Amino acid sequence: MTASENAASPDPSLTPPAAASDAAGQGAPEHPLPQAAELRTGQRERPYFLWLCSSVTWMSVLVLLALLISVTQNAWGWLDWQFLSSFDSRFPHKAGILAGILGTLWVISLTILFSVPIGVGAAIYLEEYAGNHWLTHVIRVNLANLAGVPSIVYGILGLTVFVRMFGLFGPQGILLKYFGMEINGLFWSDWLGGYLIPLPFGRVVLSGALTLSLLILPVIIIASQEALRAIPPSLRHASLALGATRWQTIRHQILPAATPGIMTGIILAISRAIGETAPLVMLGAMTFVYFGPGNVDSLSDLQSHPEGLLKAPFDTFTVVPIQIFFWVQKFKPEFKSVAAAGIMVLLIILLLLNGLALFIRHRYSKHLRW
Amino acid sequence: MANTASSFSGLVKRVGARGDSRKESRQPMIESRDLCFYYGDSQALYNITLTIPQQSVTALIGPSGCGKSTFLRTLNRMNDIVEGTRQSGEVLLEGQDIYDSHVDVVALRKRVGMVFQKSTPFPKSIFENVAYGPRIAGVRDKEKLAHIVESSLQRAALWKEVQNRLSDSAMALSGGQQQRLCIARALATNPEVLLMDEPASALDPASTARIEDLIFELKANYTIVIVTHNMQQAARVSDFTAFFLKGQMVEIGDTEQIFTNPKEKQTQDYITGRFG
Repeated sequence: MTASENAASPDPSLTPPAAASDAAGQGAPEHPLPQAAELRTGQRERPYFLWLCSSVTWMSVLVLLALLISVTQNAWGWLDWQFLSSFDSRFPHKAGILAGILGTLWVISLTILFSVPIGVGAAIYLEEYAGNHWLTHVIRVNLANLAGVPSIVYGILGLTVFVRMFGLFGPQGILLKYFGMEINGLFWSDWLGGYLIPLPFGRVVLSGALTLSLLILPVIIIASQEALRAIPPSLRHASLALGATRWQTIRHQILPAATPGIMTGIILAISRAIGETAPLVMLGAMTFVYFGPGNVDSLSDLQSHPEGLLKAPFDTFTVVPIQIFFWVQKFKPEFKSVAAAGIMVLLIILLLLNGLALFIRHRYSKHLRW
Repeated sequence: MANTASSFSGLVKRVGARGDSRKESRQPMIESRDLCFYYGDSQALYNITLTIPQQSVTALIGPSGCGKSTFLRTLNRMNDIVEGTRQSGEVLLEGQDIYDSHVDVVALRKRVGMVFQKSTPFPKSIFENVAYGPRIAGVRDKEKLAHIVESSLQRAALWKEVQNRLSDSAMALSGGQQQRLCIARALATNPEVLLMDEPASALDPASTARIEDLIFELKANYTIVIVTHNMQQAARVSDFTAFFLKGQMVEIGDTEQIFTNPKEKQTQDYITGRFG
């Protein structure tokens, strides 16, 4: 608000210098006018630029507010406990988002598990260990390219590599056809009533998580590289000069100092992964699901069949954005409100995760002062 | 030569009076033999041959870009960090070539500590800063760590000022205190040699005086090599002085002799302020 007010009326703090320049003009009568005019040019420019900047800022905030308000209006009365605790239904009043929430939680947890260690590790290697030869140069350049690849392409990749596994396994697999080996999975278990790891994975949580990991890895690596590069070299040198090994220097000095920056990159990447729909549609995530992954829908399910936790990564799933996507397409107008309620849930999940990440970031950066 | 002597003789008297009788008997701590150093294609050091005796302060002086800092950094192989550097010749630490292929750089840097121009405390508490060196060297015992921290801070003449706030951030200390903390941190790993790269150039005169007094006290137990731009400082604190110019060592000798009666004309020109 203050910015727009400043833009509308001339800043009062600008008046004294203007008056001073007038006085100076009178004191030096040889070149009074041009001097005074020169001194005032900045005064004329500043309100325009300020006005431009503040209007652009407020425009984007207004658009966002309008969207939020309209979504909230649509969702009003629909976002209730029944919506959060039921599965999808043909009837708008019975439809719920539970399958989507459980699916999103599973997929994102596994995505974080895969992408964060690999991404941060790759960034540490590229920044701290790798030399400057042509291979690392190619990798660095292509990381930026990978970050710009459309997500649907990752969906196709995930479909081939994780869902179908190049058609190697299973009753119609290449291995059976040419080598006479029928492989349907690894680690048969009677307790689970199936293989621990079915091959190929199929349209399951794990395939989705691995695909999303590939999608966000470049973002995490690039952000982590930037964070590591921002650490002053003097910190490295000071640690190395005390007889620390490279790994000790990274572990005790560089990583703690870079954590806030790395966390920012991870927040952005995970937020992107949560909202991602296209690659999961490509993978064949279900739209009409009546159970959480591994059939674990509540805490009591954990007691009655705890093996569901092991099965869940290999179970079919849906995620919140896919649920929203299909509700929006439905014919019945009430489903528009159901979709709006789903959007609210997605936004709340995003805000909670970002808040958590900000909290972690804050805790780490508290100890850092340059 | 007379004008040289008049400007520095007062300063170096202290060093001369104390050092003369002991200088002859000192064992060499570091010897460099025909050391050449290259950054990529450009050569930074040309055939440096000099000897740094034990328990003494050796000052390296010379104009900017003369290679004195590069030479200092070859002594604990900090130049290894910079990509594309190489060297020829030998640097012997108590007779052992530190560029030998089976020398462990990490172990070397524990014996040859370093203090940088810009004080670089870690963004941690004062205690953690000093305890870092021993800790990564494997000291786990808390009492032992506390003892090391206290004695290091005392040797760096900082203990009295910080003993009540060891858990405060090191970043809250003043510039002079930070630099003494860095010296304490380097002492905590119990090195034999202490390299100092213009340790007082960013400090005010009072802090500089404290650092100089500290260097003077430390030389009873450590071999100190100090790079400095400030010739008064070199004259005040050092026993020996080496003059570098364009990657070559022009002259090394007793500080008193270098400042009052240099053998080379270039040295005389530099210390009388004709260039540099």
